[in-house]
Amino acid sequence: MTTDRIALPPVEAKKTNMTCHFCIVGCGYHVYKWPEGSEGGKPADQNALGMDFRKPIPPLALAMRESMTNTVTDHDGKRYNIMITPDKNCVVNKGQFSARGGKMGEYMYSAEGKTKDRLKEPQIKRSGEWMSTTWDEALAVYAGLTKKVLGNDGKGKDDTAFICFDHGGAGGGFENTWGTGKLMFSAIQTPQVRIHNRPAYNSECHATREMGVGELNNSYEDAEISDCIFCVGANPYETQSNYFLVHWLPNMQGASVAKKKKFFGNEPFNKKCKVIFVDPRRSPSVAISEEVAGKDNVLHLQINPGTDTALFNGLLSYVVSQRWIDKKFISRHTQGFQEAVSTNKMGLQECSDITGVSVADLKKAAEWAYKPKSDGSLPRTFHPYEKGIIWGNDNYLIQSALVDLVLATHNVGRRGTGVCRLGGHQEGYARPGYPGNSKIYVDQELIAGKYKMLTAWGVSTLQTTLNATEYKEVIARRAQIVTEAMSQVRGGSTEALVDAIYDAVTNKGGLFITNMNLYPSSWAPHAHLSFPATHPGEMNLTSMSGERRLRLSEKFMDAPGSSKPDCLIAADIANALKALYAKDGNSTMAKRFEGFDWKTEEDAFNDGFRSAHLKEIDSQGGASGHLATYDNLSKAGTNGVQLPIKEFKNGKLIGTEMIYADYKFSTPNGKAHFKPAKWNGLAAPVEKQKQKYGLFVNNGRTNSVWQSGYHDRYNEEVFKRYPLAYVEVNAQDAKKQGIESGDIVELFNDYGSVNAYAVVDDKSVPAGQVFMLAMYDKGCVGNIVTEWTDRNKVPYYKGVFADMRRVGSVEEYKRTISLKSKRLS
Amino acid sequence: MSEITRRNFFKAGGLATAAVAAPIAGLNASPAAASTDTKTIFEFAKKKISNAQSLGNTQAFTYPDSMSPCLLINHDEPVEGGVGPNNNIVAYSTLCTHMGCPTQYDSNEKVFKCHCHFSVFDAEKSGQVAIGQAIDNLPRILLDYDESTGNVTAVGVEGLIYGRQANFIEL
Repeated sequence: MTTDRIALPPVEAKKTNMTCHFCIVGCGYHVYKWPEGSEGGKPADQNALGMDFRKPIPPLALAMRESMTNTVTDHDGKRYNIMITPDKNCVVNKGQFSARGGKMGEYMYSAEGKTKDRLKEPQIKRSGEWMSTTWDEALAVYAGLTKKVLGNDGKGKDDTAFICFDHGGAGGGFENTWGTGKLMFSAIQTPQVRIHNRPAYNSECHATREMGVGELNNSYEDAEISDCIFCVGANPYETQSNYFLVHWLPNMQGASVAKKKKFFGNEPFNKKCKVIFVDPRRSPSVAISEEVAGKDNVLHLQINPGTDTALFNGLLSYVVSQRWIDKKFISRHTQGFQEAVSTNKMGLQECSDITGVSVADLKKAAEWAYKPKSDGSLPRTFHPYEKGIIWGNDNYLIQSALVDLVLATHNVGRRGTGVCRLGGHQEGYARPGYPGNSKIYVDQELIAGKYKMLTAWGVSTLQTTLNATEYKEVIARRAQIVTEAMSQVRGGSTEALVDAIYDAVTNKGGLFITNMNLYPSSWAPHAHLSFPATHPGEMNLTSMSGERRLRLSEKFMDAPGSSKPDCLIAADIANALKALYAKDGNSTMAKRFEGFDWKTEEDAFNDGFRSAHLKEIDSQGGASGHLATYDNLSKAGTNGVQLPIKEFKNGKLIGTEMIYADYKFSTPNGKAHFKPAKWNGLAAPVEKQKQKYGLFVNNGRTNSVWQSGYHDRYNEEVFKRYPLAYVEVNAQDAKKQGIESGDIVELFNDYGSVNAYAVVDDKSVPAGQVFMLAMYDKGCVGNIVTEWTDRNKVPYYKGVFADMRRVGSVEEYKRTISLKSKRLS
Repeated sequence: MSEITRRNFFKAGGLATAAVAAPIAGLNASPAAASTDTKTIFEFAKKKISNAQSLGNTQAFTYPDSMSPCLLINHDEPVEGGVGPNNNIVAYSTLCTHMGCPTQYDSNEKVFKCHCHFSVFDAEKSGQVAIGQAIDNLPRILLDYDESTGNVTAVGVEGLIYGRQANFIEL
């Protein structure tokens, strides 16, 4: 039931800082908490929001919905109302909320609410059923098995595999990447680790980093003052919503003229920026930009799927021939220019033939983004990019080609420019060095029968991985072997249970799976052990946003049951292993598991993020990270500080707005390195599917579902709206198959098949393409994604070709689900 | 001028049936407030909006008070929750549930569009969010249809109207 009344926080409600749990933008929120049964009054001086509710509040002034509220219970049994509302004084979101962040309140734990299925105690599978158990038993099983697998010399480390988050926000954060990283890399010392969204332990930005250009190099404010925003493979309205709405939009509307004058004085600029989108589909962001900036200021380069490298090479060759490059910058601060220009060389006609973009539009793009302005100065062009490149056709190569173009035109290190990934989650990386020299394709190893233990840490891999049909078949088969072995142990000791599991994973091909999670999740049918974790608000947690803005989300409520922060779960495991080895008198192995004497998450933060000046670790805080204490981050509030921290002065942390303004690039010689990037066509297995099936299945996220939907899958309202993944279909393709909006269709190829419901929408995809919601709990597009990765084991999730057939109609869906276009026009 | 006065509000509240559970214990709670657990649903005064015989494609009105703009839509086809001889008449608050900008009704696509942050709501599917930053559907104005007279009457609101702590405000 929806409500038509919200309890207001009283003036004396406790107020704490919260950065949004979800996307990389990292909007600032405040949490209000006050005793249940009391509430603030309607006059402005009687409620904590300071607003007068005696009359309707005008548009744009209020951000308060039921989904921002909840009633929570602390461990002492006291009940409180909470409200989590956007902060008007946060420079990131300026009081706005997205369809994701606005749900934080209702996604906090409440025994009666949408989150009632949260894990509260450790769980163990007995006779095929999930049973609550004690931390002692769960740790004894996990540590006991780990010790048996590692052996007395630790040589069994390669039999322990992990799938683990490496990001910030909920299910991550500097505390938790450090805690898990220290366990995996320093203690267990296994290299058999893959990251939450890809099948190996790697970066998604190898190329740009090798070129000396870190991928988060500007501030959100730069989008307000760019001459041109050249957005590649991204849909920021739905996936970085408030970055787009609060910072891009004013520039598109011509509302940031004063700011441009302040930054650039007499340098000429257009009132409205130009916007270029590179995307095979017409995303909602394209449609909105056309309305806001006017069609004359928006150029949509609707490239053939996977041809980005050719596009950038064509543009690079053209701007070099036009001399729209910064020769002084190139000669002083870069190397390898000539080699890149000659390797990447491509004429405009060839570029047009490959990309499908007309020569006229290629020229127009080059003029908008790179042609010198009337005073001879180079335009300030910002190049944001995301999954079209990150999960595109050869991540390494596309990124090289893009950054080559950016360097030649000096679009980094100047205000209003930047070449930045837009990102998914927030960042939050602090870990010991990876204990290996090569990138291991963990999914394929697992499919080949390797590993005895798999620990899934805050991940939804079964919904999100590639080649998922085969992966899920193997997981189910190998897990079942262990489930059956565990069922045979009746009345035995924990040691007997561990022995039975060990036998199943050593002699029978079984795989023991542990799920560290907020929820049972999609791992529930297969896992054998679960540890309950926490998210921000139930713990203190630090993260860094897409403009490197570090904030502390403060703990304001108790976690459900006995659940713990991931870093403290990792510490429990390490301490249990230390005790087991010490009991054996094996001091060498016991020593490996030392250094986890943490009482709180702050201890983990201090041991990791804040110690990079003392020991060699990989931390996004760098050597000055130690200046950020919990105390001064709390005082810095929702605006925090942009890393790297320059100094702590007069009680304030001073950060860095723009990286590379000093021309010191992140290479040993400080110069930015061009990287040759020859166009090499579609990846072979993808090309094969294309030849055989033909229909391009573009896939990605939608606004109201956060990533895998780890909360949303437990939210009836989201499931009423999206009972199944949707797929947008062009009318021509729909007609061929007799498909109507709301029909169920099957997409299939050599790798598998998946169902979705169709939305026929010509404003979205051209004929020959569809767009499907990715990573959803019902309808896993990963089923039809090839196993291909680039040289660094980064997948090409977008590279899907399949056939489509109409399955039939579900009348309930047609009656109840909105099948309208997601395009404004 | 409020269309629900304190007097008829109390009256409506007084007529509320056993559907209401214990009222919330709070400073603002009134005896007239209906509630289930901590959720409170007020009863509204009825207001005649139109007559099915004379109704055009759309009709603007205000409800539950003069500060709350609404739109009645006379669809060509029956829709979920529709009233009238063809189950085709529905009505919504037209303020975007995200940040309160007035939405515009697009009669070709049968959607409401907000031009502040670009939420789109489906007028044929209970005001469902087709896309956008809005979390909540457009509040539905609950309608009664009287077969004998053809009168269409607003009787309540489902969902919180933007800009309010409660749908009922004494203006």
